[in-house]
Amino acid sequence: MDGETEQSGVAAIEGRGVSRAFGGVHAVENASFAVRAGEVHALVGENGAGKSTLIRILGGLIRPDGGEIRVGDETVSFATPRDAHARGIRTVFQELTLFPAMSVAENLLLGHEPRGPSGLIRRSALDGAAEAALAGLGITHIDPRALVEETSLAERQVIEIARAVLRAPRVLFLDEPTSALVEHEVEWLFAIVRRLRGEGRAVVFTSHRWREVASIADRITIMRNGTEVGTFPTIEESEAVRLMTGRRVGALYPPLAPAPTGDTVLAAEHLEGPGFRDVSFRLGRGEILGFGGLTGHGHRELFLSLFGAAPLSGGALRVGGKPLHPRRPRDAMAAGIALIPEDRKTEGLLLPMSVRDNLTLALIDLLCRAGVIARGRERSMAQRMVATLQIKTPSLAQAVGNLSGGNQQKVLLGRWLLAEPQVLLLSDVTRGVDVATKSEIYELIMRLAAGGRGVLLYSSDALELSHLCHRVLVMREGRIVRELAAGGFTAEDVVAAAVGETQLAA
Amino acid sequence: MSASLAAPARLTRVRRYLLHNLGLNLALALLVVVVALYCGVYFAQQGRFPGNFELTSTVDNTMPLVLAAIAQTLVVLTRGIDLSIGGMMDLTNALAAAHMKAGIGSMLGWSALILAVGAGLGLVNGLLVAYGRLQPILVTLATLSIFQGLAIRVLPDPGGAIPQAYTDALVNTSAPWALVYVVALALLWLGFRRSALGVALFAVGNDERAARANGIDVIRTKLAAYMMGGVFAALAGLVLAATATSGDATTGDGFTLRSVVAVVLGGVSLFGGRGSAIGAMAGAFITMMIVNVLFFTAIDPLYQSFFEGLFLVVVVVLGAVIGRRFRRG
Repeated sequence: MDGETEQSGVAAIEGRGVSRAFGGVHAVENASFAVRAGEVHALVGENGAGKSTLIRILGGLIRPDGGEIRVGDETVSFATPRDAHARGIRTVFQELTLFPAMSVAENLLLGHEPRGPSGLIRRSALDGAAEAALAGLGITHIDPRALVEETSLAERQVIEIARAVLRAPRVLFLDEPTSALVEHEVEWLFAIVRRLRGEGRAVVFTSHRWREVASIADRITIMRNGTEVGTFPTIEESEAVRLMTGRRVGALYPPLAPAPTGDTVLAAEHLEGPGFRDVSFRLGRGEILGFGGLTGHGHRELFLSLFGAAPLSGGALRVGGKPLHPRRPRDAMAAGIALIPEDRKTEGLLLPMSVRDNLTLALIDLLCRAGVIARGRERSMAQRMVATLQIKTPSLAQAVGNLSGGNQQKVLLGRWLLAEPQVLLLSDVTRGVDVATKSEIYELIMRLAAGGRGVLLYSSDALELSHLCHRVLVMREGRIVRELAAGGFTAEDVVAAAVGETQLAA
Repeated sequence: MSASLAAPARLTRVRRYLLHNLGLNLALALLVVVVALYCGVYFAQQGRFPGNFELTSTVDNTMPLVLAAIAQTLVVLTRGIDLSIGGMMDLTNALAAAHMKAGIGSMLGWSALILAVGAGLGLVNGLLVAYGRLQPILVTLATLSIFQGLAIRVLPDPGGAIPQAYTDALVNTSAPWALVYVVALALLWLGFRRSALGVALFAVGNDERAARANGIDVIRTKLAAYMMGGVFAALAGLVLAATATSGDATTGDGFTLRSVVAVVLGGVSLFGGRGSAIGAMAGAFITMMIVNVLFFTAIDPLYQSFFEGLFLVVVVVLGAVIGRRFRRG
């Protein structure tokens, strides 16, 4: 190992040779990881490298199959998160653990509510206590009386973090805390993290954004294939990526084929719907047309409307020369349009069901003979897709929920590819996907376009748009404000157009 | 920019209260409506409004269902369901009728014992659900049959006798004393809602995985819910015996499904984690008032269950529509 050795003092928490397998897949194998008091420690690696599993083990949510957990100089065994809490170890898991039908205050102070002499919770004091606790963390925009289900996803992430911080943990694990947060919320979180560090507490976090890792981590541990590669005080991004993936970062984007001059596969004229208006564009066969812009400026709505999942209130749409008025996703699918949504867990995949069932779901009608699914054909189709997309799964029968995020995304892609669509709507398909899988998905998108399909690609990553697309249409406040034509634009141009600058400062 | 997050925009107090307790408020409103309806049809038939006798008998007759509805609420809140409530009522009712003698010692002793039996029966359900990780609907359907079978063994033929003093103490038939019990139960619920166990119950029903991640003992919470459900079902069996002044090993059978109906009418979510036992109590009274209304509208008793069902469907659909409207604001 080229990481530094552990000599200085006892670890706040340490995993030694920890292993855990799920359904035959080794999520974590013989991994060691030590956290010191008073440090911010970043845990980085691709999806499926075992970061989340390691955090779940150290947070007491799951038991390791083997290895040892030490807190201070004691060996411990956590049966439940409760045992970890007792040792001052708190975790903000990637899947939020808030109670939707309970108030923000009840969630924040769960188990620590203000109590009267009778031992009963003083409801009158509860909201005030929560408000004060939130204010102490610099949060004034969340109403403690609101139910959690009334708050936004970002607010929930903030509440979840606040709840853990309020318990004054000795070690705080944050699993991808920033993926649901916008920039100023990330700044808020980092201020809190620095404060905890100043108080001698340890904070461990995972992130796919290198800028965040570099800006706040005192040490960085890199994981790959379920084990740690090394722990470093500082490390260059390119070197870190090489250690995470075993490849160079330059190879991330495959070369883009020249813009095709084929016929139009989709034409939109003055489209209007909830959240967008006067949207006109043409998509050629073989073309990858990007949509750029800040989140919430109409792309999501536009894609949903093109797919028939939201109403189109005006304009004309032609697919393959024929007019289309999609009222339901079925209409759009019949016309050869497929949508791959950004939230794969809630908008597409059936997590407890098998890879095979998820792949062939949209084609069940075609696969049926007299109402009975032709299992053999279904199987061979699914197998072909698993092979084409290099989906890493022990078998076709594996539940999709057990796969890593990148492989889940591939299953979703595979489902729509089986339907052989003419137009693909891809909405932020690489968000939360690791570098290696990203690269595979990029190649796949280019192959699909080269095969004569039209691709509409929305991405929140300007770099992705600039490397992947023949043209980019930038949207702001529901309108197309700029077209960046083939070849001659950079990621900075996309961002500048999105925020409305005419010229790029710096 | 400093590292703090701001931008307040909040609901008004009243609106929030109504919204957060929508099920309960709809149930109470519906109760007012059906009581008014009842008074209306009663007046049309009798030329006067219902008085003390009607109030007393209605409340007394509803008490067993009120208690069964509370039992069902406790379990439903954990995202479970207890179909064995009727069987537990059969068994506890039979035990009371078969063994209770006049004399304060026997009455108190047997009451305590029967409540403990209820807790034990609930514990059986709870163990199978929480430790055995079996589906609550399957477990309690099985134990329903078992409890019914035991009840028949305890009291093969309807009969036995409940001491008059017991009836007088539990269901005073001359004045609507039972209303005091209703208020006491509501207060008990409000206290329970503010206890650690009460919070845990709602947390488990909201999201079991999240409850565990937050250090809540999910298994103990579920055991407690089923046991408390058993105690309330036993109490329902005792009150039923006191009202009838005798026992019957099948008298509780109808209460399983009626307790589910009361819970749904009371705005308790069958998906767990939302609702109030007060709503379920209101739901119990609503079901009873509907039976009374149907009685006075002189609908053929043969069609009674048809109209009860029709009413239930209409109310549930209406409740969903109003709820959706309200949320959209």
